[in-house]
Amino acid sequence: MSTSMSTPLSELIVSPAPHITSEATVKTAMRDVVIALMPALLLSLYFFRWQAATVIITCVVAAVLSEVVAVKLQNKPNTIDDYSAVLTGLLLAFCLPPGLPLWMAAVGSASAIIVAKHLFGGLGQNIFNPAHVGRAILLASWPVAMTTWKTPIDGVTTATPMAIIKEVGKLEALGETIAANELMAQLPSIWDLFIGNVSGSIGETSALALIIGGIYLLYKGHIEWRIPGAFIGTVFVLTTLVGVTTGKGLWYPAFHLFGGGLMIGAIFMATDWVTSPITKKGRIIFGIGCGLLTTIIRLYGGYPEGVCYSILLMNCCTPLIDRYTKSPIYGGRVKNA
Amino acid sequence: MGAKTFNGGIYPPGFKELTCSKEITPANEPEQVLIPLSQHIGAPCKPIVKRRDTVKIGQKIGESAGFVSSTIHASISGTVKEIKPVSGFGQCIVIENDGKQEMDPSVKPNPNPENLSLDEMRNIILEAGIVGLGGAMFPSHVKFAPPEDKPIDEVILNGGECEPYLTADHRVMLEKPDRIIAGLKYIMKIVKCNRGSIGVEDNKMDAVEALRKAAAGSDNIEVVALKAKYPQGGEKQLIEACTGREVPSGGLPMDVGIVVNNVGTAIAVADAIENGTPLIQRVVTVTGNGIKNPANYLARIGTPIRELIEQSGGYTGRIGKLISGGPLMGAALYSDMVPVTKGTSGILALEHSSLDRAEERECVRCAKCVDVCPIGLEPTTIMTYSKMGEWDLANENHVFDCIECGSCSFMCPSRIPLIQHIAHAKNMISQKEREEKEKAAEA
Repeated sequence: MSTSMSTPLSELIVSPAPHITSEATVKTAMRDVVIALMPALLLSLYFFRWQAATVIITCVVAAVLSEVVAVKLQNKPNTIDDYSAVLTGLLLAFCLPPGLPLWMAAVGSASAIIVAKHLFGGLGQNIFNPAHVGRAILLASWPVAMTTWKTPIDGVTTATPMAIIKEVGKLEALGETIAANELMAQLPSIWDLFIGNVSGSIGETSALALIIGGIYLLYKGHIEWRIPGAFIGTVFVLTTLVGVTTGKGLWYPAFHLFGGGLMIGAIFMATDWVTSPITKKGRIIFGIGCGLLTTIIRLYGGYPEGVCYSILLMNCCTPLIDRYTKSPIYGGRVKNA
Repeated sequence: MGAKTFNGGIYPPGFKELTCSKEITPANEPEQVLIPLSQHIGAPCKPIVKRRDTVKIGQKIGESAGFVSSTIHASISGTVKEIKPVSGFGQCIVIENDGKQEMDPSVKPNPNPENLSLDEMRNIILEAGIVGLGGAMFPSHVKFAPPEDKPIDEVILNGGECEPYLTADHRVMLEKPDRIIAGLKYIMKIVKCNRGSIGVEDNKMDAVEALRKAAAGSDNIEVVALKAKYPQGGEKQLIEACTGREVPSGGLPMDVGIVVNNVGTAIAVADAIENGTPLIQRVVTVTGNGIKNPANYLARIGTPIRELIEQSGGYTGRIGKLISGGPLMGAALYSDMVPVTKGTSGILALEHSSLDRAEERECVRCAKCVDVCPIGLEPTTIMTYSKMGEWDLANENHVFDCIECGSCSFMCPSRIPLIQHIAHAKNMISQKEREEKEKAAEA
């Protein structure tokens, strides 16, 4: 009898509690983020066709290959299956203009994985969001190619809504009201801006698709409302103030919310686990900082768009924010008598 | 008003449907029992029987060996076969059943339980070997003797049973609500307080109703429905949810005027005071996907868990983990030839194929551990310092406030054994402090 009972126990594992875990792993979480990007991906393919598809494929393939090489060179366990390289490639492609020369896209993708991720110690150790580092390197290296934009569907070279707004602002400052108004007429409707039928980076144009992805991530518990909420909220409040005080009206903050890279930045980039604060209070500060810097760069900086740089700047502040926003612990207010 | 709750916490799948409707059934009389001398926090008992002695049910076989200690009793009648160590359980008195089921004459009802003095009641509780049945096994007579400068104003009974799979307390609350209320009243009397409450998770509303009915007419007893969330049954979380008070860091519930007891402990108190019954049996949930017929048993202390599993129809397949207690804080067993103790709330057998197989990865700073920690700690930060051997920094990050509920490890998508790193830091810091003290004493 004892043998019949001992067989089922011959492979008992004796290890410390807990003995069960949640289903989510880094792999499933990264996969969910990739899934959350699918609406934006599909719309980008619809709006920018081959000019988007080729850049996306290049970035993802280059990211995965770079990851393989980087891991191999360091003799680290294979981490391809965790989807993080796929995600970095995808996110970088989403921040690039459609029709960008593919070799540039590949360079950007390799920089993201090798420079921003592995030179800092790999996933979990990187200080900066890899995709945004890739974009920053490309923008600094090939500024013209990185700011050559295409219209949706036809693929004709054009300016982005954010660039138009920037020009309008400059003309107004010079007192050229007529020219400013003519330029304003070129702005797309808020609806086109919202669904993404405008020029811009591959995956950033459709606020609608990105918000759908964001809701999915919130539902899955992979992101939390604090960073996107504080980020978008800050941009909204500041640009509403500007819109009201300059008499532009409420279309102005709407433009800032749905135009440019705010949605992809706030929902997918600023919420990057590795490079954002771990405390709840810290996430609010991080989000407000991103929103503040984005608005300042957009209104007063040399670039029409500031989401990428504001997130990278706030990434540097993350360790400091974490340090000064530790939450009080249970029973910590009163020391034991 | 919604159910009361605490900060943080997790929502693991419950699996309670396996046994929550299974009535408590008496376990078969075991052929032999292994009764550990140490079934409580504190000094192990001193055995007062020897090989070949004949013992009867309820006879004291080990006596308290210090203030924080307890007593143990024979749970069957028979012959002491030997006193031997069982790995993981310390020295155990092995008794072979003679099948006579003879009661020890010391087990007899108290004619006037109402007239007992507080000291008499505490002594009965010590002599009955009552310890916390929730799993911590803290001697109850010690808990019931708070110092004069720590007056108690509320006794809270813990009916949280927040661990997945376990339904022993749930069944007890459904089947013996009157005894729970009786026990609660005795405890309130012993600690000289006039308010009692029973916290029950709101996934057991039938138990809430049963207890409310049993408590009808006692205005000073409240049954509180708590949100079903792990670790609601943690002492500190229970106090936070029921009263809004926080036990100070490094302190005890009595520092905020509270005594917490498991609902099963309350019944043991009532049984000891009224019937003179020592703690020789308890309710054990035998469950998991590796058990053919999951059930709730009233089992004698010392019963080898194999016998309970056989009574449940045996295993269904290859077992990967055999756990004493719940899946989040329970201890993995190496064998089924180990005894049920006073702290065994459940036996859980999980099939090998159902175990998580994801490998450990680097921390990705997702902060899920931070978000769920019921104490408000940063498990990932402590883990990092523990890995680096930075004990002072671990200490500064409140490593000793960790209740080791396992919520962080449960959530971690990188499958980092956070609790192990935290426990390691605690050990290392304690060891360092001991060494420093010794050094100071030598100097």
